[in-house]
Order: sequence, then C-alpha cells, then structure tokens
Amino acid sequence: MDNQALTQGIREAASRLLAEGTVDCVLGYQAGTVPMRERPFFAYNPEEAQRLIWSGFCCNNLADFLIRRPAGEIGKVAVVAQGCVSRSIVGLIKEHQLTREQVHVIGVASPGMLDRDKVQALVGPDKVITAAAEEGDELVVEGPGFNQRIARNKVMRDNCYTCVQRNPVIFDELIGGESEPTHGGVIDKVAAPWERLDPAGRLAAFAENYQDCIRCYACRDACPLCYCHVCFVDESSPQWCGKTQDESDVLTYHILRAFHCAGRCVDCGACESACPQGIKVRRLTSKIEKDVREFYAYAPGLELESVPPLSMHRPDDPQGFIK
Amino acid sequence: MSNPYVPYPVKISKTLVETEDKQLKSFWLDFLDPAHAEAFAYTPGQFAELSVSGHGEIPIGIASSPTEGDTLLFTVNKVGSVSTQLHQMNQGETMGVRGPLGNSYPLAEMKGKDITIVAGGFAVTTLRSTVTWLLDPAHRGDYGDITFIYGARTPGLLLYEDQWRDWQKRDDINCHVTIDREVAGWDGMVGFVPTVCEQVAPKPDNAVALICGPPVMIRFTQPVFDKLGWRAEQIVMSLENRMKCGIGICGRCNVGPEYVCKDGPVFTKAQLERLPAEY
Amino acid sequence: MSDKILTKDSAASFLAGLGGERDLFAPALAEGKLAWAPLEPGREPLWEFSNTQMSPKEFFFPQTECMMRFTNQQDGEQGMIMRPEPELARERVLVNMRPCDAKAFGVLDLIFCQDEVTDDPYWRDKREKSLIIALACNDPCPTCFCTSMNCGPHSEAGADVLLTDLGGKLLVRGVTDKGEAAIAELPEAVPEDIAAAASAKEKAEAAITTSVEMDQVKAREVMELYEAPHWDQVQESCLNCGTCTFCCPTCHCFDIQDETQGAAGRRVRNWDYCMSWLFTQHGSGHNPRGAKKDRVRQRFMHKFKYIPVKRGGEIGCVGCGRCVQLCPVNIDVREVVRNMNA
Repeated sequence: MDNQALTQGIREAASRLLAEGTVDCVLGYQAGTVPMRERPFFAYNPEEAQRLIWSGFCCNNLADFLIRRPAGEIGKVAVVAQGCVSRSIVGLIKEHQLTREQVHVIGVASPGMLDRDKVQALVGPDKVITAAAEEGDELVVEGPGFNQRIARNKVMRDNCYTCVQRNPVIFDELIGGESEPTHGGVIDKVAAPWERLDPAGRLAAFAENYQDCIRCYACRDACPLCYCHVCFVDESSPQWCGKTQDESDVLTYHILRAFHCAGRCVDCGACESACPQGIKVRRLTSKIEKDVREFYAYAPGLELESVPPLSMHRPDDPQGFIK
Repeated sequence: MSNPYVPYPVKISKTLVETEDKQLKSFWLDFLDPAHAEAFAYTPGQFAELSVSGHGEIPIGIASSPTEGDTLLFTVNKVGSVSTQLHQMNQGETMGVRGPLGNSYPLAEMKGKDITIVAGGFAVTTLRSTVTWLLDPAHRGDYGDITFIYGARTPGLLLYEDQWRDWQKRDDINCHVTIDREVAGWDGMVGFVPTVCEQVAPKPDNAVALICGPPVMIRFTQPVFDKLGWRAEQIVMSLENRMKCGIGICGRCNVGPEYVCKDGPVFTKAQLERLPAEY
Repeated sequence: MSDKILTKDSAASFLAGLGGERDLFAPALAEGKLAWAPLEPGREPLWEFSNTQMSPKEFFFPQTECMMRFTNQQDGEQGMIMRPEPELARERVLVNMRPCDAKAFGVLDLIFCQDEVTDDPYWRDKREKSLIIALACNDPCPTCFCTSMNCGPHSEAGADVLLTDLGGKLLVRGVTDKGEAAIAELPEAVPEDIAAAASAKEKAEAAITTSVEMDQVKAREVMELYEAPHWDQVQESCLNCGTCTFCCPTCHCFDIQDETQGAAGRRVRNWDYCMSWLFTQHGSGHNPRGAKKDRVRQRFMHKFKYIPVKRGGEIGCVGCGRCVQLCPVNIDVREVVRNMNA
C-alpha cells in the first residue's frame, strides 16, 4: 500500500476510534513544516484526525510519548506503530510502564524510514531542498534549479536495512496489511566492524564516533527506554558523570546509557534520527544487543511473555565473559 | 577588569550548630584581605554566594548587619552537596564569599513608617540583619513602631536566641517569638505564626510588612494581612530559587522577566502578583 | 563609514594580512557539514554557503570554559583560593559570519555586560579580541525569518565589517571603528558597486517570505502571554532535549560546577538548557518548573518576551532558522510565535 492509502487508512481508523470514544487520543504524525521531517501529532477529535499522515519521514519513536505523561493525564491512547515501535510498546508493557489495555495499537508495516542527512549528502551538502516526496520506490527531491530522483533504498536510515521486524508484533488493527518481514540485511553484521578491533582500537573508534557530541541528550530524550525520573546524568549526590565537553565525560555518558539499554534496545533508530550532529549512536547498542542475542538467545520486544534476561538470573546463564 | 565570578577568600572564624536537629549551622566569616571587606558593602536583604572550592556555591542570605563590623554571619541549612560539605568545615578553614548580590529591603522607602516583620523558620536570617540594622542608634530614629513576629516549630529550632531575647527586653521593638505547640520548659508564646499575626493585628496605616517564611506559612499568613486591610504594595517578600551565576546572566532563577538574583530577591507582593509563580 | 572594494582574487591575501598576530576562522565544509574552522592564511574562504549548522557562539562562549583554578588543599597559603584563568592570548578574525549570527552576539552583549555588577569578563575579553567580518546573505534559506526579528540578510548590527558578494568582487563596508581600521588600505568603491549592493539587499529581503509578527507579543502583558492556552499543544511533542538551545546563537544559559583531581581544582561553566528538569530544581526537592509545559513555555517566553522587556526591545532570537531545521520533533518556532501573537 502506498503512503496516500496508508494515510487514508490511518485517518479513518483514528476518526472512528475518537468518535466512538474508544480512545482519548491518537498519537501519530502530521506533516512537518520543513522537508523530510514529519512531526509527532496528538489528535483528540475526528477533525484533528484528518491531519494524520504516514510517510518515510516518520522518524521518531512514538512509544517515547507514552512514557512522559503523568499518571492519569490522558486515558487510553491509540498509537500508530510499525514493527520497531510496536516492539518498544511491548518492552514498556514488560517493564510495567504501560498496561496492554492502555494502548490501542494501529499497526502499519514499516516501509523503511528515510535518512534526511543521506538525501542531503546525495543531492549536495549545502543545496537547499524545498521538497522531497516519495513516489513508489523513488524519492523525488526538489530545490532551486534541480529536480532529482533517488532510489528509496539508497537513502534509508541505517537500522532499517537490517530490520528484523517490519510488521508490528502487536496490534489492535492493521492498516494496509503485512509486508516482507525484513529488508534482507543481517543484523549481526552491524557490529562486525567493532568486533574486528582490539581494545585500543575500539576505544579510539568509540571516541571518534562521538567526537561531535554536544550533550544535547536528544538521543536519550527520543528513546522510549529512557524513562527514569532522574537520569543518571542529572544526579548530583553523587555525580556519576561530568557535564563538560571533555572526552571522558562525553564517553561516560554514552557508554553508560548504552549499557542501560542493554537487552532492551529494539534498534528503532530514533536516536540517530534525533541527533543534530548525525552521530551514529547505534554503534554501541548494536554490539551490546548482538552479545545479548548470543548469550541469551533473546531479542527484546518480540513477544509479551518472556522475562528479559537481564531482569533475572538463571543458574545456567553464560559466564564466559567473566575473566 | 574585575571578575564578578571570583569569590573573595575568607576564613571561618567561628561555627555554631544552631538547631536541635543539627540542620542549621551558623558561620562567622572574616575576609583575608581588608580591601575585600571594604568592597563588600551590603545592606539588609542581600545575599552572597558561599563558595566551597571543589564543591560549588550556594546562595545564602546575609544574616549579619553591616552595623556589626566586617565579620559576616551566614546560617546555612544542610540540604545538598555543597551545604553538606560546608557543614563539615571548621574554624580556621578557607572558603569564598561572592557578593553582595541582589537587592535589599527598601529601607529608604520605609523611613517614617511603622514596620512589621514576620519570620517563619530559618527564613529569619536576613530579617536578623534587618532588625539589627533598624535598631542601630544611627537608624532607629528614622522609623516608627517596629513589630517582630518570629516562629519556629519548637524552641530548639529557633535561631539567634541571644538576639531575640535581647530584643524582647527592649522598648523600641515589640518582639513576639512563638513556637507551634506547647513544650515543657518553654514559657513564651505558643501558636502558629499566622495565628500570632492575627492576635498582634498590625495596622496597615503608614506601614510596611516584611514577610519571610516557608510557603505554608505564607499561604496562611497572607489572608490575615488581607483581612487587616494591608495592600499588596505594602507587603515585601524575599524569594529563593536555584542559582548559579548570581548576577543575572545564566538564565535559571528568573520569575518572568525578573531575575531573583539581580532584580530580587526582594519583591513586593504587588510585583509578584504580576509575575508567574515560578519560585 | 566607508565603502571599499575587494576582488575575490585578492581576498585571500587581504585576509592573510589581517592574520599574523591574529587567528583566522571561517565556515568550511568538512565531511558534508558546514562548520567553523581555522582559515589558513593564503586560502580563500567559502563565499557560497547557507550557514553553519552550529552557531559560532563558541568563539565567545565556549561550551566548556574553565573560569578559575585552585589548589585543593586547606593547608598552604593559597589553598582553596580561586584564581581566574588568563585572558585570551591571541586575537581572532571571524570571516564570513552571517548577519544573523553577528546580530545575535550584539544582543548577548546586552546580557553578559549589563552594568557594574553584571559584567562578564570572559565574554567581554573574547568579544574585544575578535574582528567580525560578516558576509551578507544574497540567497536566504526557506527557514530564515531574520527580517521579522529586528535583523535582515544584509544587517550590519554586531559586525565590524559587512561584505556583500557582487560576483567577482565584494563590497566592503566598515561598520565600526575597528572595522574601518581593518579596511583602511582597500580601494574605494564606485557608486555602481554601492548601488549593486543596495539592490542585492533589496532582493534578499524580498526573498524572505516567512513573516512572524510580534506586535501582540510586544503589546500584551507577561501574564496574558503566559496563561495562553496554546502552550498545552506546543509542549506535547517536545522532547525537552537541548538541541534548539545549543544550536541557537542567542541562547546563553549556563551551569557552573567545580571539578577536582587530586590537588588540582577548577571551576568550569558549561552550556545548560532550560528544557532540563534539573535546571530549576531546588535542593529541597521543589521545582518551580517541574512540568514539561512550564519549561517549554519558559524558553519561548524568555526569548520573545522577557528579553525584550529587560533589554529595551531587543529580541532573544535573530531568525536564523537552525532550530527549525534541527528540532527532532519539528517544533517550529515561527509557529509558536505566531500562536503567541494570535
């Protein structure tokens, strides 16, 4: 199904759910005010539901907005969720941040989200892009003096190439039917460049990866896993992490956050989409999650029943990494 | 170019744990450099940033009065990492003071008027400075009646006992010190501060009230003053907010357009009514 | 102030001449991103570019800045006593800064240096030691709205010299005495050049189609703007991250912290952001801006109402459009201000 049809389907579902009073709010996207970025949108009535859209530039993780609401602020919420977002919702339910009854999932198969920085790089680093619209397998990019067609699969967000779950794992209704489950990439290969390096090489690569970080915490704030009332970076007694731009402080933040996401990160890519500096934030989590897959035969968010391995201890847990 | 971020070095000349719960400790500070003492010309109501090298700074109201000499008095509540570190410091140790910062109580505008001062808990600190200053022979004649109402939960939580016992004996100030509930060994007033205010019933005619205390005290004291006919322009309050630079730049202590560290901490109730309640 | 001419061919050597005792910097393309970088003497800077992704405010207000140091020992004569960091050793020339950024630092001058009590020596020193050569925008971006924010694509405010690109050459206008001195040796411009620059200015101003009215924001009282109902919608999707604050040329909030390592200690300031929960958290646990809505509203009220109220009408925004491009959830400041003005 193409974007227009999906948009229509989402609008109809949202309108109906709101009119019937099944939900108090539908969490989806509306058109952005700049090219290549749609914006999270909260529709509270059928009129507002007509503003919902769906496209390859829906790059946030909407489950992130399920965790930041004070208890009882809104009642039941419907969320437009593709594969990874639905896995985030499963994760939040397993971690008791949500109940299944509180969320009505409007499922959509993910087309693979697009990376605006890749589009910009292909068109020319400083060229002004005034519009970018999807037409089937292509992206039509326009600006003053140019009109370019780019193959969609050349400019997808990194994590979408190795997606293991394009279709939502839970849903109350599915718009547009299911698609191919993956885009064909091998997720274990994402961590391979890191694994080839020795410890000194890994530290150097880690530092280089994060050297442009400005400590804006957009990665943390875009992530549905980061719901602690007081994040460790904001603690002052004791202060775990310095606030300066010194390399040790920047790296401490990133590595601690990555480990806090261990066994929980569904590789949705919202962190990389949010980062204003284009940092490949997933470099750490991709390796950690590969280790979790190997040690515990577990990938987060795929089903509601199992207990996440890092939330419990089994006597036969692997211990080979303890040296 | 002088640097408003660098604290003056001072030595702790005396410390005293003031309250029975050990949460409040007083520090008497002397400047290492007499030129700094001279530069630190302050008036009641102002505060200073107390600097503990290695831990940070905290904004604390100045409890001493400039009429008492060059030694500064601060009474600090043990709340967070800097105040906890400060509480562990002793006589003879070096720390820093940055200031004086903020505005003062409107002492010039208050001339010729009757003054009512209401203090709850450890908000009494800058009011100690104010009363001491007002009672100084050089100033007392400029002001009308002075009424001082000060309350704490228990006798062991009252600060500055030497001062207020002294004030109770004087005839140029009506000093009412109260505690919340009866306690054995206390023969003074008993009653919450708002209740005592109702009993004392200070008149608003040609008068100014300085009211400082925890939010709960303010919430119940304000209606008493409203009923007695006090207008918002006559009531002066002192705010607190989280601070860092203390000089109106770093953007964190503002209440609407006003910075508590620079345009305050002293504001009239009339001013506060036109501002968001972000304090 | 004079109007001179500089051909692009001689620009590199002219700029190198300003170098010597000074360090030169200009926007450059590195790995697909536009950022400020050292300009080697003899190299020509970029003339055609939109604007750097991060503003150049780090030249005056580094993200991490050591303010003073101390010996972390109670014993010893100088123990625990704070000593300020030395001033900047070398002057700088900032080449091809866009007028919006130059104007922004003029606004920040009013905040960092207010009066006797509030005079930030770290800011002032760096400002005094910088020569700003601004490059007018002939081709504004779709997200620019500088003309609505007391600024414009050819604005001179905050610059020492303003360059206007006329093709093979640049009109060079001295704005300040410091700027005049720097361009004294250049040949005078002819009336045609000055007219060409004026026409480029008109064209550029007309090209800015985004208009953000501020008349009601100016006229209304603080509490009326504060209590407006639209803040409930604005704050919904905000992540409360620091992206908008950190890329913005006028945002200036900072935190001050002490750090020690053995006997060495320093007091540093770091950029901070009012969107952070910790920003206003009291030690007692009370937080005057504990709700996300309070923090989101604070940022816009500060920039568009509180700063104008306190700084004689200057706005805490120059319309550069960076936040519009970078906000991860596409909260558009132009829309927010339109709602404030509605």
